[in-house]
Amino acid sequence: MLGLSKKDLNLLFIVFVLTMCAPFILNPFPEGSAMAQFNAGYPDLMQRFVIFGIFAIGFNILFGLTGYLSFGHAAFLGVGSYSAVWMFKLLSMNVIPAIVLSVMVAGLFSVLIGYISLRRSGIYFSILTLAFAQMSFALAYSVLTPVTGGETGLQLALNDPRILDGAASSAGNIPVPGLFGLEMRDSTFLRLGDWVFTFNVGYYFSAVIMLLSFYLAIRIFRSPFGMMLRAIKSNQQRMNYTGLNPKPYTLAAFVISGMYAGLAGGLMAAMDPLAGAERMFWTASGEVVLMTILGGVGTLIGPVLGAGLIKYMENIISKINSEILHGWFAFMPDGIEDFMVAIVYPFIGKGWHLTLGIVFMLVVIFLPGGLVEGGQRIARMFRRKKTTQDNTPGTTEPAE
Amino acid sequence: MGILEVKNVGKRFGGLQALGDVNLSVAENSVHAIIGPNGAGKSTLLNCLVGKLIPDTGSVMFDGQSVLGRLPHEINQMGISRVFQTPEIFGDLTVLENMMIPCFAQRDGAFGLNAIADMMKDREIVDRALDMLDEMNMLDKREMHAASLSRGDKRRLEIGMCLSQRPRLLLLDEPTAGMARADTNNTIDLLKQIKDERDITIAIIEHDMHVVFSLAERITVLAQGTPLVEDTPDKIKGHPKVREAYLGEAA
Amino acid sequence: MDAIILQILNGLDKGSAYALIALGLTLIFGTLGVVNFAHGALFMIGAFCAVTLSRILTISHTIVDETQKDFLGNPLKVDVPYVYDWFGEATGNVIIDWAVPLSILFAIPVMILIGVIMERGLIKHFYKRPHADQILVTFGLAIVLQEVIKYFYGANPIPTPAPDAFRGSFDFGLMLGFDANQIIYPYWRLVYFAFAAVIIGAVFAFLQFTTFGMVVRAGMADRETVGLLGINIDKRFTIMFGLAAAVAGLAGVMYTPINSPNYHMGMDFLVLSFVVVVVGGMGSLPGAVLAGFLLGILESFASMGAVIDLLPGINQIIIYLVAIIILLTRPRGLMGRKGVMED
Repeated sequence: MLGLSKKDLNLLFIVFVLTMCAPFILNPFPEGSAMAQFNAGYPDLMQRFVIFGIFAIGFNILFGLTGYLSFGHAAFLGVGSYSAVWMFKLLSMNVIPAIVLSVMVAGLFSVLIGYISLRRSGIYFSILTLAFAQMSFALAYSVLTPVTGGETGLQLALNDPRILDGAASSAGNIPVPGLFGLEMRDSTFLRLGDWVFTFNVGYYFSAVIMLLSFYLAIRIFRSPFGMMLRAIKSNQQRMNYTGLNPKPYTLAAFVISGMYAGLAGGLMAAMDPLAGAERMFWTASGEVVLMTILGGVGTLIGPVLGAGLIKYMENIISKINSEILHGWFAFMPDGIEDFMVAIVYPFIGKGWHLTLGIVFMLVVIFLPGGLVEGGQRIARMFRRKKTTQDNTPGTTEPAE
Repeated sequence: MGILEVKNVGKRFGGLQALGDVNLSVAENSVHAIIGPNGAGKSTLLNCLVGKLIPDTGSVMFDGQSVLGRLPHEINQMGISRVFQTPEIFGDLTVLENMMIPCFAQRDGAFGLNAIADMMKDREIVDRALDMLDEMNMLDKREMHAASLSRGDKRRLEIGMCLSQRPRLLLLDEPTAGMARADTNNTIDLLKQIKDERDITIAIIEHDMHVVFSLAERITVLAQGTPLVEDTPDKIKGHPKVREAYLGEAA
Repeated sequence: MDAIILQILNGLDKGSAYALIALGLTLIFGTLGVVNFAHGALFMIGAFCAVTLSRILTISHTIVDETQKDFLGNPLKVDVPYVYDWFGEATGNVIIDWAVPLSILFAIPVMILIGVIMERGLIKHFYKRPHADQILVTFGLAIVLQEVIKYFYGANPIPTPAPDAFRGSFDFGLMLGFDANQIIYPYWRLVYFAFAAVIIGAVFAFLQFTTFGMVVRAGMADRETVGLLGINIDKRFTIMFGLAAAVAGLAGVMYTPINSPNYHMGMDFLVLSFVVVVVGGMGSLPGAVLAGFLLGILESFASMGAVIDLLPGINQIIIYLVAIIILLTRPRGLMGRKGVMED
């Protein structure tokens, strides 16, 4: 079905179920309970999960397949955001044209940067992409202020033309992005006992786009094109002497992943119609590298997992303060309680970056395949245990 | 008129004249060996043929067309495949994928943006790759990662990859270097079989005289960047100039 | 003319910092073949060595001073640094005042130790792994180091002044025959430049004239051959890593009066320093130094009003622009050697 193998179809189905049920899955704790702070099922965060998932999926098409490590991918995200906001300002508050434009502009921008950067490889490529992204950031922050809004960022204004919306917007409030009348910020709530689940239009819109992006990524991974990209990573010399030209392949991969980043940027603007230069700063590029590696570079699901994990840490773990910690360890004797809090505290709350850095290093050192490889190893361990049990006398049931 | 015509080719690296004035003609459907002591310029000559180096002087014509100034992949698409001294394969990919890539390259050209189709459903390519693996006796290893193959298997895979491009000229750069005797003999048998079964020209650079004399129909001896003699194996064996170049014996 | 001299001078201190960091990066890259993204963090740790020492020097105990009263009429409690007790108030004050230069002595052993631990504990295991892995793991390390510093010292910049003697400025213009106040240059920046020149000179002399340096240079040129000679190159490389860390650390120590240290200063400098290394040519020490000063001076020229009027925003992007142009036209950088990181 859908032109996928059974295994890939299962994966897509799992991701489909997870994203569609995310409001439930991410809100396992009842409202007002002590654990409610671990609930991640609010629209803002759920949107970020899927949007950064798209960003990381795209980055993985470049880095995971071809091995070219771009340290400037956030530039395309920023360009996408700016384009979308301009579309909201000039044409219409409908998100479709905005997102289409952000993908296209990011695509063009990545053709330009990719064409130049890909003349070199290895660390030089990383530095070139970094240089381009930092240049874009610096320009967006200063000289290009008329286009980008400079330090304050690009925002909507009441007197924007919005050609297509026309009279509708003269009501007095700045309109919000929507999909043919369905506003992105709208939510419905479902109350079940103490639990409250939020279903947000923007989230479901982003989630559907993420599923489409994920599906496309699977197709690319399984296509001859995807195989050629892996061949580039493996041996460019042989590639050349097999009559294949690596340059257009890498450029195509670069542009595709730039368009994914533009899509993510456009969606970010669609959820919250403003765009700032800090989205292009090199730390933002570093973040998508972290996501992809953490989840599992070169795997299909890894980048999505990595994006989810980092955004969860950033938004949930970072909010734990020392009072909450004292609450957790309250059952211990006082001295030990203080000791435990003192030990744990540097790694959570505002110190979550420290945890991230350590986990990231451990992954690079011991688990180059990221969380996905970790999961596979654990699964293999269990399977081995199971088979040894199966071999014990008395169990005659056939294996499934 | 041979399929490969090398005329007055010279190449200099700084102060070193790597190739002096090389003239070489490889006849179609023959096996032509190029031998010579270390530093004779064999590898430089080969690199000039495949586009890795551009000679300073002279011309290289393949099937009536010049290869000079073309990029390696363009020269390959003209019908010249190269086997390296240490096997160059796609180590991270499976054996089957290794074999499919040259099939795609041969059918679809140097670049194809086929990013949606499932490559495993391309029956034509998969069948071609499987047939070639069968011919190389590697069908049972098709799911293995190429990097985990033995040295001999890597060599077979590389030769198979070159053949599946259906080249007209196969260049081999010391294909048995570093191989055990048994592997060397297997490779000789494989090359003999290729020669017998296909319309293909083979040019081989080799150190191992056993390999050369079991395969070659004509031999060019290169010394200090210039061809000394070119003749049939029998004549080369007793040639005084060759003995001199190789063994330092006075003629 | 005066404006040009002023810009060259302005470029020198930033250029010195770039050159020192790039020098260390190149030493590590050239000897160990490792692309070290944590090098900026070493610069930052050096700066915090100065902060730490000045804090140590001002550790105080409280005494009750009967001669003074606070506003309630009670005897005033005064904090007295221990150094006053040991050296007397006058000498103590001088010591506290000179905390930054004194930190050099403190930073050298600390930085060498950190460098050696880093190399033995982590970097060593990455020699054989691809450059991308090296970048990633040192990038992670940089995050960890900067978060640790942030945990102990907070997120705000910590002002760390230069000794009194070096506050104020020097009127270069008068010396060169221009009007007064045309070319004013803070003393400390001069000190920084001179300091950088000394360090760079020392590193080059060390590599040029000692046997140790000779072996290291040979190792940079051809690691395998040196290994074949039976020389234990690994041990020397560990020492080189310590040395590079010390150079970065000292650059950081002396930079504190110019720019109050904060936990992310390392990353800010690292990005630019990498650009400097690439412009200079991977693996070329003179290239790194040359490119460091060149880019520092170019940056300050691009900040001139006349230039900005002509090309708005050029000051923000000049370094990156130069890097892109150099990388595309001279793939090996200004002074890169053949065969180093070529693809």
